[in-house]
Parts: sequence; C-alpha cells; structure tokens
Amino acid sequence: METALIKYLCRFIKNKNTKTDNLILFRYSFTEWPDVKESSIEATFLQKSSRHRLMLSSLTQSAVLCVSVSSSHLLRLYERFESLDRENRGHLRKEDFQAVRELSMNPVGDRIIGSFFSPGQETVDFPSFVQVLAHFRHTENDRIRDGAQKEPANSTARRLKFVFQLYDQDRDGKISRAELLQVLREMLGMQVTEEQLQSIAERAIQEANQEANQDKDDAISFDEFRKSMEKVNIDHKMSIRFLE
Amino acid sequence: MELFFNPFDNLLCILLGISFTVWFTLLLVFIIVPAIFGVSFGIRRLYMKTLLKIFEWATLRIERGAKEKNHHLYKPYSNAIIAREPTSLEEEIKEIRRSGSNKDLDSASEFEMSDIFYFARRGVESIMDDEVTKRFSAEELESWNLLTRSNNNFTYISLRLTVLWGLGLLIRYGFLLPLRVTLAFTGVGLLVFLTSVIGLLPNGRMKNFLSEKVHLMCYRICVRALTAIITYHDSENKPKNGGICVANHTSPIDVIILASDGCYAMVGQIHGGLMGVIQRSMVKACPHVWFERSEVKDRHLVAKRLSDHVQDKSKLPILIFPEGTCINNTSVMMFKKGSFEIGATVYPVAIKYDPRFGDAFWNSSKFGMVSYLLRMMSSWAIVCSVWYLPPMSREEGEDAVQFANRVKAAIARQGGLVDLLWDGGLKREKVKDTFKEEQQKLYSKMLRPSWTPLTT
Repeated sequence: METALIKYLCRFIKNKNTKTDNLILFRYSFTEWPDVKESSIEATFLQKSSRHRLMLSSLTQSAVLCVSVSSSHLLRLYERFESLDRENRGHLRKEDFQAVRELSMNPVGDRIIGSFFSPGQETVDFPSFVQVLAHFRHTENDRIRDGAQKEPANSTARRLKFVFQLYDQDRDGKISRAELLQVLREMLGMQVTEEQLQSIAERAIQEANQEANQDKDDAISFDEFRKSMEKVNIDHKMSIRFLE
Repeated sequence: MELFFNPFDNLLCILLGISFTVWFTLLLVFIIVPAIFGVSFGIRRLYMKTLLKIFEWATLRIERGAKEKNHHLYKPYSNAIIAREPTSLEEEIKEIRRSGSNKDLDSASEFEMSDIFYFARRGVESIMDDEVTKRFSAEELESWNLLTRSNNNFTYISLRLTVLWGLGLLIRYGFLLPLRVTLAFTGVGLLVFLTSVIGLLPNGRMKNFLSEKVHLMCYRICVRALTAIITYHDSENKPKNGGICVANHTSPIDVIILASDGCYAMVGQIHGGLMGVIQRSMVKACPHVWFERSEVKDRHLVAKRLSDHVQDKSKLPILIFPEGTCINNTSVMMFKKGSFEIGATVYPVAIKYDPRFGDAFWNSSKFGMVSYLLRMMSSWAIVCSVWYLPPMSREEGEDAVQFANRVKAAIARQGGLVDLLWDGGLKREKVKDTFKEEQQKLYSKMLRPSWTPLTT
C-alpha cells in the first residue's frame, strides 16, 4: 500500500507540472489529516523515482513534510479511494460514488456526492477526497502543529460551513426558500404533500429568523444558521472514529 | 561430424523417452489411479503442512525486518475501518435535537435544520466504509504466503526471503503449473470421451452406475489438477435424490469441489465453445438441466423444469448457487427465492476456503475465466472445508423468502461468514429506489405529529 500511495503521489506531482503553489496545496491537503508521524517521504521518493528529483528539491524546501506513509488513517483512506476507483484512473467520478449502495439509499446522498466536486469539476483526486473527509475527522488526538496557517478542516466553523453548503447548493451564502423546499423534498420523498412541505419550510425560516433576530427576509443566511446550531454538539455529531 | 551427432542424438532421444515414461508413470501411480479409486496417499496434506511452516517463517522475517528498519507494517483491515454505532434514525435525530433545542421534547417533533447532520454523517460513513463494496474484492491476508499478488508489504527485506520467494516462483510456474495443466487436460478429456461412450449404452442401472463412477473419477482428477485439499464434514447429511443442494458461491471451482464427493445434476445456461462441448457430453450420460439462453428469462419455465426433475426420484439431486454471483467468501448475500419455491427438501452446504494458500475468489470484473484458472493453477494450493448441513424443508406459514433467509443463516453460521441481506446482483446493478423510500418513510414518521397548518 505504501508503494502504491507513493506511486500515486509521483504521478500526481508530475501531472500538476511541478508548480510550487500546487505542491504546497498538495502538501497542505495532507496536513488536513495530521495523525501522522513525520517520516520522510523524501527518502522514499529518492529511492523509487529519480525522474522526479527536480520536484523533490522543491518539496524538501518546504517546512514540514506532513505525509505519513506508514500504517495510518491516511493509508486506509487511500486504500478505500483505490477500491472505489475500480478502473484505476487515479481519480473518482460521480458514478464511482454512486456505486456505494448505502450512499444511494441515503436521501441526501446526491448532495453529499456533490460536495466532493468543486463547481465545474468532473473528477476528484485523492487530496481533494481527503480534504472533504477531513471535516469529519475526530478531534481527539490533535496536536498543535507549527506553521499551520489555516484553520483545520474539522473545526466547528468549517464543519458548519460544510453542512450549510449541503443546503445552499448555488453557494450564494443564503439558503433560499426554494433550496430549503428542495432539501425537504429529498429527505421526505413522496411521503408528504406539497402543502405540508410548504408549511414545514415556512416554520423553519420563521424560527431561524426569530433566533437570529435579523432581517426578516425569505432566506437563511450563514449567521442565522450558525446561531440556530449553537447548542448542537457538532463535534460529537460529525466525528467519525477510526478503529485501530 | 555426422557420426558424432548420431550416437548423441540417440542418447538424447533415449533420455527423453525414459524421463517421459518415468514422469508419466509417476503421474499415473500417484495421481490418476488414486483418483479413480478415491483413495489418497496423504501427499497433499504433507505438502500443506510444510507450506504452513514456511509461511510462518516468512511472516516472522518480514516483521523482524520491518522492526529493524523502523517501518510500520501495513495491516490490512479485515472487518471495518470506522466505528459505526447501530443507532436508529429516530434515536439519532432525537439526540441531535435534544442538545440543540431550547424547547421541551414534546413539541419538538417538527423539522429542525440540524436533522441533516444525521444524514450527512451516515452518508460520509458509507463513503469511508460500507458493507457491500468490499465483498466484491479479494480478502486481505495477515501473514504472507510468498505470492506477491497477495501482499502489500513486500519490499526487499532480506536476501533469504527474496531467494525463497524466487524459489517459490520457480516451483510454482516451472513444476506445478505444467503438472496441473496436464492433469486438467487429462481430466476434461476423459470426461468428454467417457461420458460420450456411456451415452451410447441403453438407459438402465448399468448406465447410471457407470456414469456415476466416470463423473467421480474425472472430477477427482480435476481436483488434483488444482491441488485442492478438501475436508468434508458431516457426510451423513449428503444430498439425496429428489432434493436440491444449495451452497454459497465463491468461484466456479465450487462445482468441482462438490461434485468430486457426490453426484449432482447441474443447472445452468448452455455456453458455446469448450464449456458447451463438456455440457453436451455430460448430459448424454446422466440428466443435467441445461437451459438455452432464451429460456433463462422465463422464470416459470425454469421452475417447471426444475420441479419436474426433482419429482423424479431416480434423478440426481440438483446443485444450485442461489446467490447468483461470486462473493469473496467473507459473507453470504441474499439468496434468490426461485429455488426455494419448488417445494423439495433443501440440503444446505457451506464452503469455506482457507485464503492462506491461494485466493479462490473469482473477481469477474477483473479477470476472465482463463486468467482466473491460470492464477488458480499457479497458487500453492486450494484448501477448503465443506460442511454438509442437515436437510431443511419449508415450514407451515413460511414463505419462500423467509425460508431462503433461514437456510442462508444456517450456512453463514456454519461457515463462519457474515450474513448480509444485500443482493449479490448489486455487483452490477444500482440500488432500487425502495430502499431510499424506506429511509424517507422513517424520517417522515418522526415529523408526522406536527401536521398542523401554520396560523400567521
């Protein structure tokens, strides 16, 4: 598995044309999952592929190498990525996600799949796959990382943002009434009538507006959403624990 | 010059002739004759024990080598990678609301924005790990069995280990593979030839007796062609005439394994090519149930033919694999109810392969039949256990689906496999919308009490 992951990373770097920002982005996306030991991928790269020496020099210049290639959760995720990628393309498409039966059964399954794909993109590579899953990482064993410039993916704010975007598909920062109706229709299917759906949506919007005490418009903004979620133990509800 | 070559040539011919004869005699004495009579010299079991010792040594070496280099060994996950709590939709959503809401519980059965947390989390959990997808790829091993195809930890650890691996490669491809291929051709050839000959005899006890013997003999040769080491348990429960034998399906080899210990009537579609030739000659000697491709779709026709066969007590028991597709031998998937509607006695059989010697699972999306057989013949051995379970019949008030599930549970329990409700057909098809509807139903039930129109 280790060799497989290294080969993947080599190909990935090569495809990204060795621009330094891409390298930093790539390296950074693995820091989203920092349960890692700082073993040197550098040495292993040198062994396996001397073609990529050029890229390696820029890699070693960056501060901390955060990819662990030992028995860590990252390796498990890569194994999972590979098993979903049945035709060995090196990236996942929507069909590969839809092949997971339990996901097809989930009423909001399609929205979750959509959250992996940035707007306009048709494929998901491994770093992006990890980036999204990192929102659900368990917060227990976090260490303080030196040089971490960005907020970790599994902070409460970013988790809320992730769930907000499940509602807000057009990414305009507001959950409009139409968007809310759409989600409700997906979660309830044919089990409710149109009027019942409208009344539920109306109530939800009114409540959110009440709590936040803000402008009584017909949509829910991110702040209103956040206020209404204040008491929910988000960290507990959105943490997925790995078995050792 | 020519004079020089002639005696040399002669010598070479003589040597070749002698080695060929010796080879063939050994083959005959040690493999084919015991196959005919159904006895065993115990060579294969000795082979298996030796291999096990070598594998243990190899694994220890890898672990020791990894420790020295401070690598961590990658241990493949066997059952699950994430912790999933088996709480229901209702409980989870109530809990989310309880923590997030200011109101009392009684009035809180309306839609809350936080409800989506439950679905989002379940969705992502299933992306990380689901019960079904991993059943369709080969099982991972904990120790190493000197086949690079089954190990993810193999990097250069020590000279001795690599030499051993190289030796293993040589033995498997240079000695075992040709031997096995010869045997396979012998077995299949004999089957086709002898069954055609027997087909010329008039129907009667002699014909049945001979056909039984011929089938058993040829299947035993095929078993030796795969170096399959099979342990049969509870042979007193072996299927009898007029019954249906039902087993879990891992690979086409299952048929050979079961048929070398008893005579069955096979059920299947007629193929073209070599398979078709074998099928047509088999049916000359004793009645099997082969369907044309067009007939397979017609369920009533299939059921009628099967029940006709079963009612004739002089015909052999039918062998059926109700899963409909190959699963990787860690679980048993949904049994199709067709064979359980016929009303005959069902004899369940559980087959469990030992993955340490060679992985028998046929991943039909990855390997074709020929490459699969080559992989099988170049593994060390196929080791499996077969349990004959006591016969079951449909009880009063039980419908076919419940009966099928009962049989499936018994097989799963005996073989130590996970009992799943999912349909093996999911390998190729999408999930039906009924499952999604069920989830929607459950959720809407929770919200139902609040069906009062809003008064502004």
